[in-house]
Amino acid sequence: MQFQPAATPGNAWHDEEIAADEFLTFTLGGEEYAIDILKVQEIRGYDAVTSIANAPRFIKGVINLRGTIVPIVDLRIKFGVGEVTYTAFTVVIILNVAERVVGIVVDSVSDVLALPAAAIRPAPDFAAQVGAAYILGLGTLDARMLILVDIERLLLSPDMALVDDDASAEVAA
Amino acid sequence: MAIDMTQFYQVFFDEADEHLAQMESLLVALDLTAPDMEDVNAIFRAAHSIKGSSGTFGFDDMMEITHVMETLLDKVRKGELALDTERVDACLRAGDVLRTLLGAHRGGQAADPAAAALIRDRLNALCAGEGAPAAASATPLVAPPAVSAPASPDDAEMRSLEVRFVPEPHVAGQRELMSNMLEELARLGSVEVLEEPPPDAQYGQWRLAMCTRLSEADLRGVIDFMAEPRSVVILARSDAAAAPPASATAEAAYGFFAPRPAAAEAEVEVEAVDEEAAFGFFAPLPAVAPPAVPAEPADAASAPAKVKADSSIRVSVEKVDQLINMVGELVITQSMLQQSASQINPVLFESLMSSLVQLERNTRDLQESVMSIRMMPISAVFSRFPRVVRDLSQKLGKQVELKTRGETTELDRGLIERVADPLTHLVRNSLDHGIESPEARRAAGKAESGTITLAAAHKGGSVVIEVSDDGAGLDRARILATARERGIVAPDSLSDAEVWALIFDAGFSTAKEVTEVSGRGVGMDVVKKNIAAMGGRVEIESMLGVGTRITVRLPLTLAILDGMSVRVGGETYILPLNYVVESLQVTRDMVHSISGADRLIRLRGEFISVVPLGTRFGVAQAQTDWCAGIMVVVEADGLKAALFVDELGGQHQVVIKSLQANFRRVDGVSGATIMGDGQVAMILDAPSLVSGARRRLQSVA
Repeated sequence: MQFQPAATPGNAWHDEEIAADEFLTFTLGGEEYAIDILKVQEIRGYDAVTSIANAPRFIKGVINLRGTIVPIVDLRIKFGVGEVTYTAFTVVIILNVAERVVGIVVDSVSDVLALPAAAIRPAPDFAAQVGAAYILGLGTLDARMLILVDIERLLLSPDMALVDDDASAEVAA
Repeated sequence: MAIDMTQFYQVFFDEADEHLAQMESLLVALDLTAPDMEDVNAIFRAAHSIKGSSGTFGFDDMMEITHVMETLLDKVRKGELALDTERVDACLRAGDVLRTLLGAHRGGQAADPAAAALIRDRLNALCAGEGAPAAASATPLVAPPAVSAPASPDDAEMRSLEVRFVPEPHVAGQRELMSNMLEELARLGSVEVLEEPPPDAQYGQWRLAMCTRLSEADLRGVIDFMAEPRSVVILARSDAAAAPPASATAEAAYGFFAPRPAAAEAEVEVEAVDEEAAFGFFAPLPAVAPPAVPAEPADAASAPAKVKADSSIRVSVEKVDQLINMVGELVITQSMLQQSASQINPVLFESLMSSLVQLERNTRDLQESVMSIRMMPISAVFSRFPRVVRDLSQKLGKQVELKTRGETTELDRGLIERVADPLTHLVRNSLDHGIESPEARRAAGKAESGTITLAAAHKGGSVVIEVSDDGAGLDRARILATARERGIVAPDSLSDAEVWALIFDAGFSTAKEVTEVSGRGVGMDVVKKNIAAMGGRVEIESMLGVGTRITVRLPLTLAILDGMSVRVGGETYILPLNYVVESLQVTRDMVHSISGADRLIRLRGEFISVVPLGTRFGVAQAQTDWCAGIMVVVEADGLKAALFVDELGGQHQVVIKSLQANFRRVDGVSGATIMGDGQVAMILDAPSLVSGARRRLQSVA
């Protein structure tokens, strides 16, 4: 199977870490990131949020997403990149991770693309804004370099302060 | 097999619970001097149903008890035994034991087998001891009419039925399960398999010929456990059943044994076993098998029961909650729509406007009906009290009559379960402390028999439950004295309401001696805490020598909260109304500082610590001048604190949303809600804010 590039769905399952073959890409500062499309629930504009007492600065607050209270994390603040302004064009990606709904604010959403397994390389040690522990690999597509992020592990990590400590311990275990 | 059967356990548990509750309420209501045969029959049927299904599920301990109970009740039914207090007591006790056993099976832990054996022996003794001679002499008397049962109108006729059903797929493949059920059916009458699907078929219809006294609804109940929903068809067999008083020969022609006298005779039983064995289908009945199951009267009472069974469905609470949530969203969307529509010209868009009005009405109606799904009548709780009062008044030697009003008042199912314990406590209190002994009552010029009234009603957006008695009333002087003994500051100037509130303190009891019933002083504080946890309040009114009335106010549902909106900087918070004592604007001279910082206000001689919400929650542009904003005094767990806010909003009923579902717990916040404009507002956690204020005060002092 390894001689056969995983261009068709199903063949990509040879690597558990990269279970999906379609990715949503977004930019954060000068870097382009890709996340598993199956974790994405929807993409929407930035609405007024209700702030949460004593939360870290990158947790903007919560919004009412059709009756569900959804926390919004501004990854631009978290990683200190991009221009932190909120306009009509500010994008929020609503994600479904570990049965939770979380929104992330990014600079912009680029596109949805299929990455063959052959185009994915293990990540060397490098300095991305995102901690190296959450990076699954690097994807190359023409001249672009995509950083594949394990968004679920990233959002549930203790320093995102999105889940209770015991719950994040559970996820980690 | 055990694994497969567990799927049906929940159904069995629920049904057994219902049967037990029904049995108990009927037993308590039974007039011993002239017992209503209809009721005795109903009790019998309940015991019988439990026996049948517990047998099917292999809960032999329950089956054994219900079996003896059934025998006892059957004798009562036939007039061989009189129903006296002792027997009713024994049956009630048996009900308790069954409930314990049921709980044990449900929870998986072991129940005390000694209790089960004890009650079984007692029932047996009551059944045989006194009953034996009567039964012995009665049997021959009863037997002849029973043999010619089809002719006697009051005894249920043996009916010849054809039963068709399709077993559930996972049952169909398991012969063992099916033969278990057939065995169970065989206990209820004769069974002949007319048609069965081939053994390897996943899906196929069974046709059984049955000859039974069981009513159709009961029969259905047995089969429903195994059969595909709606696949059960019960037909009267044309030749035999067209004329219910079918002759014995007609039945014999089908190979059925003749109807047995309900008081079983061993030989008939053996015969039955032989015959069943002859079909090559059934293992001989186990040793514990009941002697012939007594006839089930196909009386009028089973007809309404059937109607009830057919007109309701069991739905998981989860699904209902999901529905309620979605309707809540619809209501919010509708109000947002309304808000945007208010900005357009009503003349130009007249039809749009009228549609919006229509939409509003429809959503409200929809919300109401959906909410009502979760509602249950409070009689589910009230029905347990006749028993409590009966047992307790016997124990205490008091005469008490229990009256209930407004049993049909509905409230949220979740609340029903949680309100039961506090109410039980209040009723026990009334009985023990409130109602005097008959002698004392006579001396006071009252009727010897006291009255406890339970009343429920809807008032505004809440449910009001009252527990009142015409007993001795609360003794102001004694409560004050006890309070002082316990080191509580209790000046004589306290108003009555404040004095009564003292009994909510932990450990407070004015009972002169500790009895089994009450007096340990754990109670009223727990009652208050439990009610407060449901978002409710407790109030006491009392007059010495006249009586006491305790009023419990509960919100209609757990999902909706009565709240007051407060504004702090640009933020809006919701404060649960049941914690709010008062709100006021303070003047400079009321503010007191500790270690150089303002921390307290003095309100009518009482020092209250202040929680400035703006600082507590780090809100920018919050008011910092205490004299410019508003202090909202809240009380939780007996502690007071003043929350400092910029301004008060209005009073709202808000739908509680979980913050933790997608986020984590936030200190000082108990949940979130969505306001009319679609914005999220945090619901304040008053108890944690109050206790936090106290801790901070202690740390600076």
